[in-house]
Amino acid sequence: MMRLVILVLVVLLAACSQSDQLRSLEQPDDKKPVFGDTFIEGSIGDASTLLPILASDSASSTINGLVYSGLVRYNGDLKVVGDLAESWDISEDNLTITFHLRKNITWHDGVPMTSADVLFTYQLYVDPETPTAYAESYRQVKKAEAPDDYTFKVTYEQPYAPALISWSLSILPKHLLEGVKITESRLARHPVGTGPYRFVEWLDGEKIVLEANPDYFAEGPYIKRFVFRIIPDTSTQFLEIQTGGLDYMSLQPLQYDRQTDTPAFKRLFNKYRYLSFGYTYLGYNLKRPLFQDRRVRQALSYAIDKQEIIDGVLLGYGKIATGPYKPDTWVYNPDVPRYDYNPKKARELLAAAGWADRDGDGILDKDGKPFRFTIVTNQGNDLRSKAGEIIQRRFRQVGVDVQLRIIEWATFLKEFIHPGKFDATILGWSTGPDPDQYNIWHSSKTGPRELNFVGYKNAEVDALLEKGRRVFDEQQRKQSYDRIQQILAEDQPYTFLFVPESLSAVASRFHGIKPTAAGIRYNFTQWYVPQRLQKFSR
Amino acid sequence: MYRYIFRRLLMMIPLLIGITLISFTVIHLAPGEPTDLQTEMNPQASSDLQARLLKQYGLDKPLHEQYLHWLGRLVQLDFGNSFSQDNRPVFAKITERLPVTILLNLLSLQVILVVALPLGVISAVRRNSLFDRSATVLVFVGFAMPSFWLALLMMDWFGVRLGWLPVSGLKSLGYEYMTVSGQFLDRITHLIIPVFIAAIGGLAGFSRYMRSNMLDVVRQDYIMTARAKGLSERTVIYKHALRNALLPVITILGLSLPGLIGGSVIFETIFAIPGMGKLFYDGVMMRDYPLIMGVLVIGAVLTLAGNLLADISYALADPRIRQGESRGL
Repeated sequence: MMRLVILVLVVLLAACSQSDQLRSLEQPDDKKPVFGDTFIEGSIGDASTLLPILASDSASSTINGLVYSGLVRYNGDLKVVGDLAESWDISEDNLTITFHLRKNITWHDGVPMTSADVLFTYQLYVDPETPTAYAESYRQVKKAEAPDDYTFKVTYEQPYAPALISWSLSILPKHLLEGVKITESRLARHPVGTGPYRFVEWLDGEKIVLEANPDYFAEGPYIKRFVFRIIPDTSTQFLEIQTGGLDYMSLQPLQYDRQTDTPAFKRLFNKYRYLSFGYTYLGYNLKRPLFQDRRVRQALSYAIDKQEIIDGVLLGYGKIATGPYKPDTWVYNPDVPRYDYNPKKARELLAAAGWADRDGDGILDKDGKPFRFTIVTNQGNDLRSKAGEIIQRRFRQVGVDVQLRIIEWATFLKEFIHPGKFDATILGWSTGPDPDQYNIWHSSKTGPRELNFVGYKNAEVDALLEKGRRVFDEQQRKQSYDRIQQILAEDQPYTFLFVPESLSAVASRFHGIKPTAAGIRYNFTQWYVPQRLQKFSR
Repeated sequence: MYRYIFRRLLMMIPLLIGITLISFTVIHLAPGEPTDLQTEMNPQASSDLQARLLKQYGLDKPLHEQYLHWLGRLVQLDFGNSFSQDNRPVFAKITERLPVTILLNLLSLQVILVVALPLGVISAVRRNSLFDRSATVLVFVGFAMPSFWLALLMMDWFGVRLGWLPVSGLKSLGYEYMTVSGQFLDRITHLIIPVFIAAIGGLAGFSRYMRSNMLDVVRQDYIMTARAKGLSERTVIYKHALRNALLPVITILGLSLPGLIGGSVIFETIFAIPGMGKLFYDGVMMRDYPLIMGVLVIGAVLTLAGNLLADISYALADPRIRQGESRGL
């Protein structure tokens, strides 16, 4: 026993002195980016295809984002900046965008990249034979042309505000894809792009390896190798990161909060937290008589303690959602009606809507019918089912009896959501920096398999959604979306629950990481490891 | 004998067709389609994408046409292309995962046999002794323990705390730069924990089976005869009894043939090993029909082949059966 205690003490002492040593060694030339080292990322899923036009999973997009480039991209402040395009002009009538491409860009195989590649990529996206999920934005284009090697011009039927950022699509190499059936192209396994990293190898289910592109047209990249290790279990990832087998992983709230709170971990890793693009909500089926009275929906929103859900389910790593936008973005409107937990107000609103406990069973009733409904959600998402249980308890306290049903995803969609056979559902949307949410809120999108499945219809919102798509100026757009947020908050077609935070750990030898509203990965090409901290020489 | 084998092989054809027909129908009965991953709840997906994808995969045709088409390709040993976004041939996807799974299963089966058979024999010979009882308790603890839990504990202990063994995967990062012996050692160290975990759950079955076989055999008349001849206890047990007690093990081995290509999802997920279990599981989740059918067909063929093999080797090993058969024919 004594021996064990001494051993523990020795280990602790060793750990202490080591960290002091490291801190004292922090040197001024650590500030200057240098080339070298390897970055190993842990992912729970393998990529599906490295042709961005066909990929729709996050693992594929991580790799594709490093291998390919678009004409434009978002910077750390979520502003649109040039990528392959040096600059662009938007015509007076907002109908034509002319991109001026950078010169001397080559594909990873050495062939020069020109506007012909851009035109080819566009044509591939709108080709009816191409099974891509991303054709919609490009179908709005009336005419696309490449007048010379470094100019690309698109004309739209109507002004379309998300147009500019839609050209962040990965540009594909014409010389390798022309005349090939896109679904049979070998590029799906051996991508060739213009991005900061070149493809090296892909061992199915094991890892994907990339290496720095020495001919990259912009600054960087500084990290020589990028290894994407597929480790499906997050506990295993967590063990791997502790042995140095990983340099980056996303953390669960529990891992972030408790398990990484050790001196050893803090010395070797920096932890990052930032709001993710997306939110979780409780959506009401507005075709059901039960939810047609706005006061009822407002009452239910008052009855839910959102902070309690965040604390209980996310261990506090999230923010209360007040509408469909992320709180730290330009489009977010903070001045909307809030529904902070208030059971008294909930009861008042329900009483005003005619709901009272007339038979004394603790459940509200109206016209002899009790206030009883079922919340459905999909299996496999712990956050949702736990939030459901907390909501169930709070609803019971205001006299609303709720059942919770958790159903396998495919069945959930086929049997409940698509045919509209549900009362209320807990689901989430992942959103992007562009505020256009036409597909989710417009009254024309309430058909089967469409995204406004709760059946929300509001003429003013319809008009504002259309207007928001037609103007380019950020301030003008904001006016439309501010108003939409206000109306949605009053109408409460959803009770907006929370925006979760993305939590991650990155090995502390990586410098140059600057967290913003866009997260941390947006400037990956600027990350570097100071010479003396470099771990891998090959 | 040859006629018998030929007849059995011939019988396998309708059996296989029946199996594929049932599996094909059942898979298509499950709600959800392979296109869901791309089209469902995707704000960017246009409305006609679903129809386009269905057409591309040939899912717009009636079910019986789809089945006949699939069967037609299978006869030419073509499993078709996967419905996942990479569209790769199913055969390539399976053969890529097969070696790892077979290697792990063979190694763990070996460990199981080497440990469980002696354990069972000794337990039987020294029935109700302290050894017998503690062995029984131990193998059942191994059987009952959740393997993922034990795996995580071992990974934490040997991988993180002691740093003796790698935590997960099959190869280290710098594998390409190692010497041949280094590579060999690297492979071995990566396999130790997985093989141990895979074997520990299987010990109980085999050792108990061996024990009860042995107990049965020891009671037989010919053992009494052997003892009456004045043979040493050693010869009686290890020569006369053991040989006979091993016979049923042949059957079990034959039946475990399809198990060689089957992997466990939990196991592969924990150890980040790209094997058959994960492949099949992901295939089912994505409704990747050609992949699911491919794995099922291979499994079915191996099961049938395993049965046949067990019967044949049983006949070869046991003269009683061989003679009984020739008399019957």
